[in-house]
Amino acid sequence: MFTKKLLSTCLGAGLAAVFAMSASAADITGAGSTFVYPVLSKWSADYNKINGDKLNYQSIGSGGGIAQIKAATVDFGASDAPMKPEDLQAAGLGQFPVVVGGIVPVINVKGIASGQLKLSGKVLADIFLGNVNKWNDKAIADLNPGLKLPDSQIAVVHRSDGSGTSFNWTNFFSKVNPDWKSKVGEGTAVNWPVGIGGKGNEGVAAYVTRVKDSIGYVEYAYALQNKLPFALVQNAAGQYPKPNAESFGAAAASAEWGTAKDFFLIMTNAPGEKAWPITATTWAIMYKQPKDAARSKAAFDFFKWALEKGQKEASSLDYVPLPETLVKQIEGYWTSEFKG
Amino acid sequence: MSEALATMPAATSTPPRRTGILGDRIFFWIVTACGLIVLAALLAAAASMLWGGLSAFRTFGFGFITGTEWDPVAGHFAGLVPIYGTLVTSALAMIIGVPVSLGIAVFITEVAPRAIRGPVGGAIELLAGIPSIIYGMWGLFTFAPFMSDYVQPILIDWLGPIPLIGALFSGAPLGIGMLTSGIVLAVMIIPFISSVMRDVFLVVPPQLKESAYALGSTKWEVVRDIVIPHTRTAVVGGIFLGLGRALGETMAVTFVLGNTHNIAISLMEPGTSIAATLANEFAEASDDLYRSSLTALGLILFVVTFIVLAAAKVMLVRMARQRGE
Repeated sequence: MFTKKLLSTCLGAGLAAVFAMSASAADITGAGSTFVYPVLSKWSADYNKINGDKLNYQSIGSGGGIAQIKAATVDFGASDAPMKPEDLQAAGLGQFPVVVGGIVPVINVKGIASGQLKLSGKVLADIFLGNVNKWNDKAIADLNPGLKLPDSQIAVVHRSDGSGTSFNWTNFFSKVNPDWKSKVGEGTAVNWPVGIGGKGNEGVAAYVTRVKDSIGYVEYAYALQNKLPFALVQNAAGQYPKPNAESFGAAAASAEWGTAKDFFLIMTNAPGEKAWPITATTWAIMYKQPKDAARSKAAFDFFKWALEKGQKEASSLDYVPLPETLVKQIEGYWTSEFKG
Repeated sequence: MSEALATMPAATSTPPRRTGILGDRIFFWIVTACGLIVLAALLAAAASMLWGGLSAFRTFGFGFITGTEWDPVAGHFAGLVPIYGTLVTSALAMIIGVPVSLGIAVFITEVAPRAIRGPVGGAIELLAGIPSIIYGMWGLFTFAPFMSDYVQPILIDWLGPIPLIGALFSGAPLGIGMLTSGIVLAVMIIPFISSVMRDVFLVVPPQLKESAYALGSTKWEVVRDIVIPHTRTAVVGGIFLGLGRALGETMAVTFVLGNTHNIAISLMEPGTSIAATLANEFAEASDDLYRSSLTALGLILFVVTFIVLAAAKVMLVRMARQRGE
């Protein structure tokens, strides 16, 4: 079985390389994050109608996307975790955000409706640490006066596969809970202290639906589609905004993009009053001086169209358009950093 | 060539044979090549996994097999938890699957009326063709809820209080975990084991069986003393075919095992297996040591499977020797 997996990975990489070589000059190839796959497919279909260029995107995971762009087998890589500016410089790469989305805690507790339960980031992290393990724990009760909490064990559900969703989730925990930072840390996959692992957003959604008294986390779109009750999370300004396009957008707008070199900034715990605290973005990674300038230009044209015209489609898929100021900054970054 | 053939009759007077020999040569090389492809693929797979896992083995040494920590953030990797999960789920699958398969094969070959042998046999072969992801989805959405609502509460209440055995059946009835995975794996390997058993039971010479019946044997005695001893090599082969599949099964286990890096005595608890860990984490493992550790896990699974198959072979040879064959 393993060899099969390895083979398919190699095959995938090989195929990507073959596609990259055999594609005509106007075809754009990309690989990476599964988070942006739905919106990239939509963009690709619409862009193809308007412009004729085709986008061939393989959602092999952020790690794979970075590996593929480093090997120069694709025109762009897409990653849910940004590359460090020094790593980018060493490889001659640049990166910029493409789309914004939110991650929400989802619960399955009898008697608690969607949006009723309020949690601070610290308490949420304590639940995932196993420090708070009962729903009627004082830490939760103090944040929810008047809400009747059951005297039952909390069943924690996390992602079993490495994912950008987990990266942003654990990054948020590291920012708001020193205990989490020292014991677990942040990453696409971490050593989870408690809980069971579901594969993919759909796996976590299935477990949370199935397991009583559980709490998990999924991308916003999955919570909507599966009608999972969500909990509210306190943001850096002390508010409890509802998770929706507005609060994700507020997080993207309030983040300090202007001072972040190579857009190396993780939006969790954004400072805005209305900002949803666990907002995420996906970065496209490209060569600053590409070997094939024509293909790279085709990719830039695509992203330019996507950032300016394609954001409506993003909203229809429950992603959030990038704030206009950020789009301006990205276009400035393109002209100053990328040649050809 | 045609010239040579034309002169041949004068030389040997048996032309058809000569072309036959040439054909035989070609045939020999074709089948040898086929055999060598298998060998080459096996060696290449082992070598590339060893190469890929080298940096993990170098960094963690023997501790990679005995340690329990799996922390991608800190870069500490050790494989005992997935190794344990792989072995336990496969053992459970064999404990459940082998007797049931034997029962199915005996039913089809000895007990069932002729009219339903065909349909039951066909059904088993169809079961073998179902993709494992279907079993995984069935396990997660249908079987796990059934386990958590009906089976596990009963097991926990009845067997939980018993000393020693009780530890295996304690905990919360989550519905997913070692036991559920073992049962789902058993369902998946039963078609393989039982169809091999059925095929070999069918070739037992009827004279042998009829003689035993003539001497007054019951059906069970015929199966135990005639059919199984006569076919034991193939039966053991079929069992190990099933075990090999159970050890390497990925998707179904990933769905129902819970994917937790955790060793628990209780069969109700979630765990993880080597194949599930690989399926979960390979795509996002960007760090070199991380990737190498996953590859090393793959090599361990390869070695475990090899040891299991080698043990089966040794066991068969011993059995043959004891019988003085």
